[in-house]
Amino acid sequence: MKFTKDHEWVEVAGDIATVGITAYAAEQLGDVVFVEVPEVGKTVKQGDQLAVVESVKAASDVYAPVSGEVVEANETLGDSPETVNALPEAGGWFAKVKLSNAAELDALMDRDAYEAFLGTL
Amino acid sequence: MSEQDLKKTPLYDAHVAAGARMVPFAGYHMPVQYKDGVLKEHLWTREHAGLFDVSHMGQARLRGADPAKSFEKLVSADYQGLKPGKQRYAVLLNAEGGVIDDLMTARPDDDGLFIVVNGACKDNDYKIIAEALKGEATVQRLEDRALLALQGPEAAAVLAAHIPEAAGMVFMDSAAVTAFGTDVLISRSGYTGEDGYEISVPATEAARIWNTLLEDERVKAIGLGARDSLRLEAGLPLYGHDMDETVSPIEAGMPFAVGKSRREAGDYLGADRIAKELAGDLKRVRVNLKVLEGAPAREGAEIADADGNVIGKVTSGGFGPSYGGAIAIGFVPPQFAVVGDKLKVIVRGKPAAAEVVASPFVPTRYVRKL
Repeated sequence: MKFTKDHEWVEVAGDIATVGITAYAAEQLGDVVFVEVPEVGKTVKQGDQLAVVESVKAASDVYAPVSGEVVEANETLGDSPETVNALPEAGGWFAKVKLSNAAELDALMDRDAYEAFLGTL
Repeated sequence: MSEQDLKKTPLYDAHVAAGARMVPFAGYHMPVQYKDGVLKEHLWTREHAGLFDVSHMGQARLRGADPAKSFEKLVSADYQGLKPGKQRYAVLLNAEGGVIDDLMTARPDDDGLFIVVNGACKDNDYKIIAEALKGEATVQRLEDRALLALQGPEAAAVLAAHIPEAAGMVFMDSAAVTAFGTDVLISRSGYTGEDGYEISVPATEAARIWNTLLEDERVKAIGLGARDSLRLEAGLPLYGHDMDETVSPIEAGMPFAVGKSRREAGDYLGADRIAKELAGDLKRVRVNLKVLEGAPAREGAEIADADGNVIGKVTSGGFGPSYGGAIAIGFVPPQFAVVGDKLKVIVRGKPAAAEVVASPFVPTRYVRKL
């Protein structure tokens, strides 16, 4: 699993990257009450808005950690947005993106680097 | 305002020790939530009793030969008719009938009037009041007092153990009592739609009283995040969002802020405009919306009619944990504000179905008689 400074995670299998937000981000957001996942077929560039996650208090953008085409969205979050809090780095994923530039992954942090980054916040 | 300029309430250390997430609010470091989070804190208050630190709010005494008569020059309420032991809501008006602030005034004792105003507005309010009433009334800021709110269906039982007089009060009663070994001003009121009390205590005693109340297992500390979702469900407007200097109390859906005797006399600021609005000549009114699909519509989202024409804006909105869905307060022309009307809210460029519903969203549980 790789991480961004905006607290997204990405897990790659083949050329498909699954994207979500980290446990730290989910905890900071608080209780998630609504998730807007991207439409399948949408093309995103690294850093584009990929999804929106809303807690009781506020709406936050989720950015695409990698560029590519959305091949699957986690539609179960529509009925169960609380999954983002319960299982942020597993069942609470937002979308699967078919990588268009696998080299982008190299610039992302690994778990140790991300945890060191959290320590600076 | 930089972080260093933020003030601390007398309960700051207690909040930090309890693991609160502190945010800047109205010039103070305030707890937006504790460890349980907004959702659980909200629901706890609706089921049990929530304890809030609202010491950022302004507490003051207005004294003079006839402080109620003097104050009526600036506010909409009938305060000459305010009986001892009662509290009444009012708005501080500008010359155009717009709202400078909304506030509560009480007569807990015979020491003039006890006033509670919004934290973010208090400096400006006191300045306006002191200047306008120069020579006839004085404002004393009670900077040495903290303000707690205990809200929820178990609040009365909790407080009765400490303040026996509290059990004999009804909604909007006010009293000066000796409790917790000190002098306390209480009113049976609040900002959640629940039964409960607001409790003014000396700042030096605040942490001890806060901790004493929290020893009761029915009581949990609740942050400002849940205070906002609770008041939204109760259909209570928030100054600076649902009301400002351009909005009249009639547009804001608070006609009771303008006392009957004041309407008859027409002797308040902005009376020309407000009298017309009371007669039905309104360009816009507050509307409560249930968002039927998609994301919560938050402050600033546009409201459109069924054909997509923009007719107004959301001024407060979010998810109502007890309501179980997205709700919003906004302003639209009155012809679109009929309960049952189908409107749209535009969230991130996408129109979503919404319906005009009655206020409050969640039934209020004020104790009006014992």
